[in-house]
Amino acid sequence: MKEALSNLKKLTALDGVSGEEKPVRDYIVSKIKDYVDDYYVDNLGNLITYKRGAGNGPKVMLDAHMDEIGLMVTQINSDGLLKFRTIGGIEARVLVGKRVRIGENGVPGVIGLKPLHLQSPKERGGTVDKKQLTIDIGAKDREQAESKIEIGDLAAFEYDPVEFGDNKLMAKALDDRVGCAVLIELLKHNYESDIYGCFTVQEEIGLKGAKTATFQVKPDLALILEGTTCYDVPDTKEYGMSTICGGGPALTIMDRSVITDKELVKHITDTAKVHGIPYQFKRTISGGTNAGRIQAGGTGVKVAIIALPCRYIHSPVSVMDIDDFENMIKLSKKVLETLPVSITLYREQGGKVNV
Amino acid sequence: MFEIINKLTRTFGPSGNEGNVAVLISEMLKGKVDEIKTDALGNLICIKKGSGKKIMLAAHMDEIGVIVSYIDDKGFLRFGGVGGINPFVILGQRVVFENGTVGVIWYEENIDNIKNIKLEKMYIDIGAKSVKEAEELVNVGDMAVFEAGTVLQNGRIISKAMDNRIGCAILIKMALNEPKTDNEIYYVFTVQEEVGLRGARTAAFGIVPDMALAVDVTTTGDTPECKPMSVSIGNGPTIKIKDRSVIAHPEIKDRLIKCAKEENIPHQFEILMQGGTDAGSIHTTAGGIPSGGVSIPTRNIHNTAEIVDMKDVENAVKLLEAFVH
Repeated sequence: MKEALSNLKKLTALDGVSGEEKPVRDYIVSKIKDYVDDYYVDNLGNLITYKRGAGNGPKVMLDAHMDEIGLMVTQINSDGLLKFRTIGGIEARVLVGKRVRIGENGVPGVIGLKPLHLQSPKERGGTVDKKQLTIDIGAKDREQAESKIEIGDLAAFEYDPVEFGDNKLMAKALDDRVGCAVLIELLKHNYESDIYGCFTVQEEIGLKGAKTATFQVKPDLALILEGTTCYDVPDTKEYGMSTICGGGPALTIMDRSVITDKELVKHITDTAKVHGIPYQFKRTISGGTNAGRIQAGGTGVKVAIIALPCRYIHSPVSVMDIDDFENMIKLSKKVLETLPVSITLYREQGGKVNV
Repeated sequence: MFEIINKLTRTFGPSGNEGNVAVLISEMLKGKVDEIKTDALGNLICIKKGSGKKIMLAAHMDEIGVIVSYIDDKGFLRFGGVGGINPFVILGQRVVFENGTVGVIWYEENIDNIKNIKLEKMYIDIGAKSVKEAEELVNVGDMAVFEAGTVLQNGRIISKAMDNRIGCAILIKMALNEPKTDNEIYYVFTVQEEVGLRGARTAAFGIVPDMALAVDVTTTGDTPECKPMSVSIGNGPTIKIKDRSVIAHPEIKDRLIKCAKEENIPHQFEILMQGGTDAGSIHTTAGGIPSGGVSIPTRNIHNTAEIVDMKDVENAVKLLEAFVH
């Protein structure tokens, strides 16, 4: 478990904004290559790993996306400031005053806002317009900026992971390096089923990598390992809290993209009960995950989501509970170990119910 | 025919929970088709073998409903919608869970204007006195559907879940009639249509038919002060021209028109401005599948009392039988 947490921290310190997941992928390859039978990187950049099972269990796909939200430089102003657009869902209010690093060389920058002293009363009371924000890389003019930055460069938040408080971890990109760290851990063990561990790309901009990964793997069932919303803080009605930080890994029944497989979810809750692992159901039906794409792949896939509650998700400082993380690993592992006997499959039935 | 419709509409089957409907249909069709199977998502696929074209007829089994997202200390349930749920329509309605538990939907009365009502401000009361009592009956993640009976009156049927058990009933009736044809007919009862045409996509990918029809409901323009639409209940099933998810393939549409004219079957043309059908996901599956639709004009869609005309239903069966011939 120590190693899993250390992996998670290292993964969050790497940058992998949608479309440029290579640094994350390279790190994962170094950690899994001795544990899997085969692996390759597909045309979109998905890392697809294969681990032969000992028996005749179902063909299982495990999905965790490598990409994180970030920014893309769209224009370099004459004063050397950079205009940008967001990659994935980021609120303008979250951007103000944050440090970023840009491109392969990690050029440092900061997202600036007019000082309070100079704002009009209207500006002070209003919301922030994303279009007015720029990244300052300390360049004196366009020419100097252009020597370091190109249009299209991606920027990630620059915040190192910190353990703090009551067994909590604060970091950027917990969505979904958490899933990546859990998946690395799962690949270290052996199962009855054939396992396809898929570290996918471009989830944050429309669940893109999972679509092509599913087409290649053609699994019977899939577990999606995610970071999910959490808002268990004051002024929220309890029914609107989505999940509770420290309440155990969260299972989804339904979100905007998917209704998960009843039987598979029941297998997960039964497994949790048998082994005394805490879990919770997500209380809201907002958001989407790769589960939607994977379920609709080919002739259909049974899917379930095991997710880690992350406060302040899609910001540079998400917060998670380390016990939740460890329980997510325990639960996923037990679920995989007990799969073959407890899930009835289309394939096993030869597709036939009765005639 | 009414008996089939009555049984289907009274069966519990919100999106993702279509199992009971699938079991009922497979019992009805046992022995009448050559093969019955379910796929990973739960689509029920009933095949009548043949040497000619592969024709897929799709009707979705799922109905709209609500899903429990939270149970509070006093045993009240918070919920979200499954499929297109209008807060005004469900206000004061009874809902029923798979285990028979009945609940009533009401709202937090402390709002300025009823116009601002949203699902987040509403709850289900199952008469529980505590969270413990509630949890004995209902879990977070459980779904419920409208509780409402099915009535035949003046040749018209009033029911919940007419969308789209009526489509299922039409396919069942057709399969029971065993229409003579060399073509291979796939009667496909799909899942999760109401949440995004999901089941039909994987079913079509598995079959890759030569052509496909979605059999579903469509809105009408025949009620007081409604939006104009040249479709009325009782004037015949509609031949789909387009909806928001598909433009019917011209050859499919023309074949339907030809069949209707040759067999003297009353019919109307459907241009559905809101809503999509399974044809939307089928036609872009695999290398592309020529698709269209036959719909039953239905009043008050996504309501506790949807109304169809029995004659339209019977004529739809005739039209589809002519189509697959």
